[in-house]
Amino acid sequence: MYLTDEEQRMLDGEEGYAARKSMEILAALGDIFGAERLIKVGSVQVAGVSYHNLGDAGLEFLNELARDGKVKVLTTLNPAGMDLENWRELGISEEFAAKQNLVIDAFTRMGILISCTCTPYLIGNLPRYGEHVAWSESSAVTFANSVIGAKTNREGGPSALAAAFVGKTPCYGLHLDENRVPDMHVQVNAKLAKLSDWGALGYAIGKKAENKIAYITGIKEAEVDELKSFCASVVTYGSKPLFYMQGITPASETVQAPKDTVTIEESDIKNAYDNINDQVSDIDFVCVGCPHCSIKEIAEIAELVKGKKVNANTELWVATSRTAKQLADKRGYTQIIEASGGKFACDTCMAVAPLKGRFKALATTSAKGCFYSRQNSMKTKMGSLKECIEAAVTGKWNS
Amino acid sequence: MHRGSGDWKMEQLKGRIISKGKSEGEALTTTQPISFYGGVDPNTGEVIEKGHALQGISVKGKILVFPQGKGSTVGSYTLYRLKKNGVAPVGMINRECETIVAVGAIISEIPCVDKVDISKIKTGDRVQIENGTVTLL
Repeated sequence: MYLTDEEQRMLDGEEGYAARKSMEILAALGDIFGAERLIKVGSVQVAGVSYHNLGDAGLEFLNELARDGKVKVLTTLNPAGMDLENWRELGISEEFAAKQNLVIDAFTRMGILISCTCTPYLIGNLPRYGEHVAWSESSAVTFANSVIGAKTNREGGPSALAAAFVGKTPCYGLHLDENRVPDMHVQVNAKLAKLSDWGALGYAIGKKAENKIAYITGIKEAEVDELKSFCASVVTYGSKPLFYMQGITPASETVQAPKDTVTIEESDIKNAYDNINDQVSDIDFVCVGCPHCSIKEIAEIAELVKGKKVNANTELWVATSRTAKQLADKRGYTQIIEASGGKFACDTCMAVAPLKGRFKALATTSAKGCFYSRQNSMKTKMGSLKECIEAAVTGKWNS
Repeated sequence: MHRGSGDWKMEQLKGRIISKGKSEGEALTTTQPISFYGGVDPNTGEVIEKGHALQGISVKGKILVFPQGKGSTVGSYTLYRLKKNGVAPVGMINRECETIVAVGAIISEIPCVDKVDISKIKTGDRVQIENGTVTLL
């Protein structure tokens, strides 16, 4: 890969340790994937924030980079392993909290915004159509590429940090238009009635379009929250982090639907639910917000729980960004949800918090949330927001 | 030349440097991709992925030979944790390296080579990696 004089100086260590390590990562990735050069990025989203995933070694790595590393572009952060303010209420140990705070301190020293959300596009990190960015967090990467029409590969934590310290990323993969051509046409014949149906659709398409880019037709309407849920699911269950949806996503008019066609019928949606749902009726954990709840979703939750009480054997978590919660505080949604016994889990989520062994059975609106909770040894149920709130109130799943 | 042919010349396989450096050890070979995050215990180095051909075996001190990484990108940090805990492989050889293993190898400073015919390396072989060259000793 061609390097400019400035990039070569960074690689030679003339701008310090973090810049050298970053250039080593970017140059190696560029060589592996045949990039000709580095390109400037407009913003970075960094994953790998939970102490649960990093451990002491990961913390040490971040501290080494934080000694002289400063980000050169707008850089936001993925969820941490806990609510940075309300962690005690969520049952996080003192020891974990102390370590998690050290991780956050390291990111703060690097100049990163402590946004701690998987929905950076909702809180001020919004690329323009066609802009090159370097994002990690698969659901956000898919949203950026597809719903916004920005261009990013699916970065890992260290490669995103490297891009932030250099302000550039190697130009390969989804940065190149020739690699953004859809290779499968998906005609959706199924009706989508509720939010979780979009997660089920993501499962169905992800399985059929394994490692492919889908061009989706047959969908007339889609809200941002529905697309957010679909993005998380389709990439979790197998597709590339890019799709086109005719008449919905901005680049859908710039490419042709491929000839190779599969259809999604009602039976495929039912099959997705059958695979995601376990046989379980007692629910001790209800978590909504994977990806993080928008302010609109928080309003819907407040409406559903108003005047009700969460069951004594069940916890209800609303996972969201601190930014969305601050709006909810001002509007009174927070008070309504907390009065019912529900808890806000800001800055964190069910995929990255240390939850193994704490709960037996999860109810959620999120197909991705079910995938990660199974890794935490939970049984899972996916359904509408209404069904989830009912489960929180009764402690049972009815259907 | 193959070993046991009576020829003293050691077999060399030319690959591509992913993470530079020199190391030597006993090969641990699998034909299956490895998911480091969730698939390898960062404290012991043991492969814990259910149903994996290497399940129950530790990667500690081995030249780990596998086609490529898979799974979550957090796997790069798992490699770093293995290294800091003293239970990492001393080198890695891939058929086709991808982002997770490449980044993990670089930040952990574990020598790593790819574009090598890994079918020629059997578990238990003595192997040396020096930058882009793999030597069967």
